[in-house]
Amino acid sequence: MVSIAADAVGHEMKQAPAYSEFHPRWYRSRVSTYWWLGKWAHLKFILRELSSVFVAFFVVLTLLQIWAVRSGPEAYAEFQEWLRKPLVITLNVISFFFVLFHAITWFNVAPRAMAVRVGGKRVPDVVIAGSNYAAWVVVSAIVAWLLLGG
Amino acid sequence: MADTIGLEVTRYSPERDVQPALQTFQVPLRKDWTVLDGLNYIKDKVDGSLSFRWSCRMGICGSCGMMVNGEPKLTCATFLSNYAPGPVRVEPLRYFPVIRDLVVAITDFMAKLQAVKPWIVRQQEKPLAEGEYLQTPQQMDLYKQFSMCINCMICYAACPVYGLDPLFTGPAALALAQRYNLDSRDQGAQERLTLLSRDEGIWGCTFVGECTKVCPKHVDPAGAIQQYKLTAAKEWFQSLLMPWATK
Repeated sequence: MVSIAADAVGHEMKQAPAYSEFHPRWYRSRVSTYWWLGKWAHLKFILRELSSVFVAFFVVLTLLQIWAVRSGPEAYAEFQEWLRKPLVITLNVISFFFVLFHAITWFNVAPRAMAVRVGGKRVPDVVIAGSNYAAWVVVSAIVAWLLLGG
Repeated sequence: MADTIGLEVTRYSPERDVQPALQTFQVPLRKDWTVLDGLNYIKDKVDGSLSFRWSCRMGICGSCGMMVNGEPKLTCATFLSNYAPGPVRVEPLRYFPVIRDLVVAITDFMAKLQAVKPWIVRQQEKPLAEGEYLQTPQQMDLYKQFSMCINCMICYAACPVYGLDPLFTGPAALALAQRYNLDSRDQGAQERLTLLSRDEGIWGCTFVGECTKVCPKHVDPAGAIQQYKLTAAKEWFQSLLMPWATK
């Protein structure tokens, strides 16, 4: 008959088994604060996370714009004047590229999160990403038409 | 092709050393030799005290995961010739405590794996007389990819989230939870969701996506976790909008 040690039954595994008085010293290395600088994939990930700050900047900018429009023509002219400052233009250009980066990386990873099945077969990644891009183009075109031509 | 290649191998003796150090060995460079063959050559012919885990040599057992030139790899499926003229650096799996040389402590992963209940949970078992639980090929197809996991922990060594927060359940365990959630025979999704819809569970994942890139069995843990998040978010909205509908 096989005897089972009482310690092994009905208990969770312990980090340091209690029966071993001379438990070996495990070596644990620390993760550097700058771990994301070592590899392009990691740096890209951090930049994507950082891009959310610029997305938020555009949201705040839009809110300020709406507020300026509501406050009358004078306030709106003042707001436009502020937009023309080189510093604000630079910030807007940087933000634009970050938001673009955010959108592209977002659409590229969409197929990972969306497992769409049609007739029992999984829709290929290209189709999922492609339809996201298509929707982006269509929405952008509508917005452009409303602002410029409509 | 040169006839030898240098292997820079991590050595750590818990009794003697304060921290690991590299030791270089020359091993034969043969077209059909993997990094694991090189390590076995060292163990057999040069220094028998070198410690590392391995078993099947064919990418099934998941024991021989190590860092090869800074990338987590199954050493039995990584050919030396791809790294010629070398040297090749072989280190223990990143983010895990090192017990000795290339051997890491896997207790943490084992506990997490068990915690996600990676087995078929039934609220009520069918009587034996009713036969087996049948499944169509389409039903199996839903989870098959996630069931290919061999628990080699290579995805953990690729996951910076796990490195920074050891409490994070991690890619393989979450992918296996999702594998059983998607199984038509399983009824344990709610139990698992309660456990995993936490900051240390699915929401700990920031979608770096490296786990999917390094997986030797093409399991796509990153995809599994994002799909799990989608399910959890839907459940949450449902419980918010229709509290009477939730169990």
